[in-house]
Amino acid sequence: MRHGVARFVTGFLALPVALYLFYVVWPFAQAAGYSLTDWGGYSDSQHFVGLDNYVRLLSDELIRKAFWHNVFFLVTVPLFTIALALFLAFLLNVGGREDRAGIRGVFGSGLYKVIFFFPQVLSLVVVAVMWQQIYRSDNQGLINGLLMKVGLVDPENPIAFTADPEPFLGVPAVLWWLLLIAVWSGAGFYMVLFSAAMQSIPKDIYEAAILDGAGRFHTFFKVTLPLLRETISVAWVYLGFIALDMYALVFVMTPSQGGPNHASEIFASVLNFTAFQKGQFGYACAMGVALAIFTILLAALQLRITRRDRIEF
Amino acid sequence: MSTATHGPVRADQAPPSRPAPVRGSDTRGRGWGGRIFNGFSHAFLVVWAVMVLYPLLWVVMSAFKDDSQVIREPLSLIPHKLHWGNFARAWGEGHLGAFFLNTVLVMVGSVTLTMLLGSMAAYALARYEFPGNRLIYYMFLSGLTLPIYLAAVPLFKGVYNTGISFPLLGPNKHLMLILVYVAWSLSFTIFFMHSFFRTLPDSIAEAAQVDGASHTRTFFSVMLPMARPGLISIGIFNVLGQWNQWYLPTLLMQSVAGEPKHQVIAQGLIELSVNQGYKSDWSGLFAGVTMAMLPVLIVYIVFQRQVQSGLTAGVSK
Repeated sequence: MRHGVARFVTGFLALPVALYLFYVVWPFAQAAGYSLTDWGGYSDSQHFVGLDNYVRLLSDELIRKAFWHNVFFLVTVPLFTIALALFLAFLLNVGGREDRAGIRGVFGSGLYKVIFFFPQVLSLVVVAVMWQQIYRSDNQGLINGLLMKVGLVDPENPIAFTADPEPFLGVPAVLWWLLLIAVWSGAGFYMVLFSAAMQSIPKDIYEAAILDGAGRFHTFFKVTLPLLRETISVAWVYLGFIALDMYALVFVMTPSQGGPNHASEIFASVLNFTAFQKGQFGYACAMGVALAIFTILLAALQLRITRRDRIEF
Repeated sequence: MSTATHGPVRADQAPPSRPAPVRGSDTRGRGWGGRIFNGFSHAFLVVWAVMVLYPLLWVVMSAFKDDSQVIREPLSLIPHKLHWGNFARAWGEGHLGAFFLNTVLVMVGSVTLTMLLGSMAAYALARYEFPGNRLIYYMFLSGLTLPIYLAAVPLFKGVYNTGISFPLLGPNKHLMLILVYVAWSLSFTIFFMHSFFRTLPDSIAEAAQVDGASHTRTFFSVMLPMARPGLISIGIFNVLGQWNQWYLPTLLMQSVAGEPKHQVIAQGLIELSVNQGYKSDWSGLFAGVTMAMLPVLIVYIVFQRQVQSGLTAGVSK
């Protein structure tokens, strides 16, 4: 049945490939080209400047700051989200009462899962706008209001949240407050993911462990966790991408989109600021290329580190 | 691609709502220890459930208060009176009605086209050998790692220039946004459906062709219906993803030459909240956020098994 294969394949691929080339590949290619020019974006004048933009990147104070903020999220977002998600999944799956049938999941675990998953279906924008109200610095904010009521916070001197550039553990407080939101919205999703993975582990493995006298903590750390390794590493890669993409939170929640006083700048916010406020498109494209290279290196690195033999059951 | 055969098959099997019991007798952790641990589990799970639910409930309830109650009793969860007017105000003056209309108009086109073009391309790539097959496949895959911000400037420029010769494809046009959404959703859709079509047996497609069905006919009448579980998963993924998209519309749905913007919901909400300082219509903002999140939450509660398994299948590949 080779008849008409070429025509069929062309027909099926033409439109998707054309769209993809025009709206995705071509902009990327152009960005790489513009990064070698001094194009401002609004005029037609552009000159080839070689690698000048990249040299400038290396000595740019703001970029260095943004880079370290990205690294901060890259480490903390996966770390805290996965730890909390694993803990919740552990409680759900082995926190129940014991009876003759063994250790059960807690009562109502289905309901818990539905609730914990809520933030995942809300858009990041809705989450950001909602937390903006929670984080308000007067008594109308949910957290400040509650703490003022019980007298833990002085109404004259409320918690500033995302307007607070003061460092905490060497990192501006605003970043920690943004991290809290990211963990809040992500933990439920990964809990469901880990829970499903835990349930796909065959029961005889547990039976063997229990016959050998392992308690539930032992079983979890020595049996379940190692078997979840692959799922956890996949989650780590995905959360890494999310961590690079904290821009929605920075955009909605911080003063002047990266403030106060550049305390919450990340790569994306500097790029947008440089391109659309300062009108330095060429330089902004160089930032984008640097970010892309960084992302690809990181993805390759993560895949390399986490690549293990797959355990089939 | 050893994982490819596992992921999508799992997609339509929802995880059982109750975790499997661990059988056997256990000497440690029984009795008191177990009971205390059970109590601790419940306590912690309830605390986290409250941390998730309370802010959501607070937003919904504040949407029913009037402005003076929002200011005087910001924390209370019980409105004195149900002020439905807040919703009407957000819908009309806040332009949420228009945002919804724009979002729905765009998504009807973009989700349909994404699914159609994505599965067509994935099918051709997965089941036919031809020169350049790998090249095209990897070209689509590469879109998964590249940051969208890199493309922002040239993309805007490209759309702007296209708009000069084809006004319907210029900035601030629904059709343009549909095509851009489709192009940016293709990578993951093709990646997902590609591995799905690989798992379908050859014999059925061959039987269809022996019966005289053309390649196209085989795809639409035989293979596509067989891929339904995968289509549902990737469909949910695309609906949520495009509903939540804010960066592309903020970049591309900009008003040119003074015509009013056709904002979509996420973009509109950002602008409402960022400009909130000037108007301070708090109850209206809460009503807007409520209207933006309730439809998705309700859809999720109704279809929660499909959504959970659909989204997690998207990751566990």
